[in-house]
Amino acid sequence: MSTQQQEPESQESPQDPEMKGTESPQQRRLKEKEEGMVDEHAEEEAEAAGETVHIKVFRYDPEVADKQEPRFDDFHVPFEKGMTVLDAVMYARDEFDSSLTFRHSCRQAVCGSDAFFVNGSQMLGCKTQLSELEQPVRIEPLPHQEVVKDLVVDMDHFYDQMHAVEPYFQDEDTPAASDLEEQRQSPENREKIKMSSRCIWCGACMSSCNIAAGDNEYLGPAAINKAYKFAMDDRESEEIKEHRLRILEQEHGVWRCQTQFSCTEVCPKDIPLTEHIQELKREAVKKNLKFW
Amino acid sequence: MSQSYNRGLIEDFGRWKEFSAGMWAWIFHKFTGWMLIGYLFTHIAVLSSAIAAADGQTMMLAGEQVDAYTGTLQGLESLFIVRVLEVGLLAVAVFHILNGIRLLMVDLGVGLTAQDKSFYASLVLTGVITVASVPTFMAGVGL
Ligand code: SF4
Ligand code: FES
Repeated sequence: MSTQQQEPESQESPQDPEMKGTESPQQRRLKEKEEGMVDEHAEEEAEAAGETVHIKVFRYDPEVADKQEPRFDDFHVPFEKGMTVLDAVMYARDEFDSSLTFRHSCRQAVCGSDAFFVNGSQMLGCKTQLSELEQPVRIEPLPHQEVVKDLVVDMDHFYDQMHAVEPYFQDEDTPAASDLEEQRQSPENREKIKMSSRCIWCGACMSSCNIAAGDNEYLGPAAINKAYKFAMDDRESEEIKEHRLRILEQEHGVWRCQTQFSCTEVCPKDIPLTEHIQELKREAVKKNLKFW
Repeated sequence: MSQSYNRGLIEDFGRWKEFSAGMWAWIFHKFTGWMLIGYLFTHIAVLSSAIAAADGQTMMLAGEQVDAYTGTLQGLESLFIVRVLEVGLLAVAVFHILNGIRLLMVDLGVGLTAQDKSFYASLVLTGVITVASVPTFMAGVGL
């Protein structure tokens, strides 16, 4: 197992100057986490005592005849201080079963490829400390998405929804290449869309949303948040904003959100998703409200 | 991709361990909503005995001849189970109203960070109002 340990939490600490002002649900969640868990001392002791962590990993392999029936495999991974869920499954793969399959890349909560369903909740494997979890740690693929193999789910539908909101900057009045100038954004506007721009396309929010689970056409929290980022960006023209709102106010757009807050609670980047969806609902109403 | 495994809704929900305030609020809101719709039909059914009463239909209640509407209502009200159901109905209605106000606030973007607290507050208030209503609802019921 790699000795390199990153501290993904530090990036997201509640003291983050980006997150001043009133306490968001995410901040509160982080605070609770910091207060209640990760007891450094206990971690060191566990490590010194040579303890192992018991993980139960969901297994499914369509290509091997006797592995087509989903099951859970148990692994006992030697505990190391600061070990994350991802570290544990990597150890299990490297030392015990090389066929164990999962996605990962950056190992620092940036690439969004290792969202798992750990102990009944969606989280990023590389951002979740094993010491915070109850044992045995159940590691499963994201719910409501088809399982391709072991912890790997089919993300096509999620990406389709993300692309459906045209997630790229559009401006009709983009200056001609010859007289290109900077497209400046006001600090206030930057502040407004900052959180929404943090999405790493991990799909945890979509997987946690019961509405999305019941309605395959629902754009879902991540896609709506992506649309929010652009719709609220002052540099796009009014017409484009209208066009974006038209996409969002469709039957399977923002109105499908029933404010369960599950997405907001699981988002590893602490994006206030429900808040953004509600704001877009209000924008859509404002656009259509006529007093005559 | 050769083949994939679809766990299906039931299996997926079966795995759920972490129910959050927002999700419980959603489930309770749906549940109480359906209960209220169900009650409306019962209500209409009971009220329709007024039509029978207007047509001059009567019934015997405790040895007395009363009109169909009075008889139906008095007959129901004398049952313990109906009184209990009435307390339940009040609880359902109060929660639905309080959570409805909470949802309105959420929609308006007010107090989003306190969405879980407002859910718990709705629950507590519902409990208090329901308990306080018991003496009134249970007054004079023949067990
Ligand atoms: S909004 Fe959050 S949970 Fe959803 S895909 Fe983006 S980073 Fe992941
Ligand atoms: S490995 Fe990149 S987000 Fe976890």
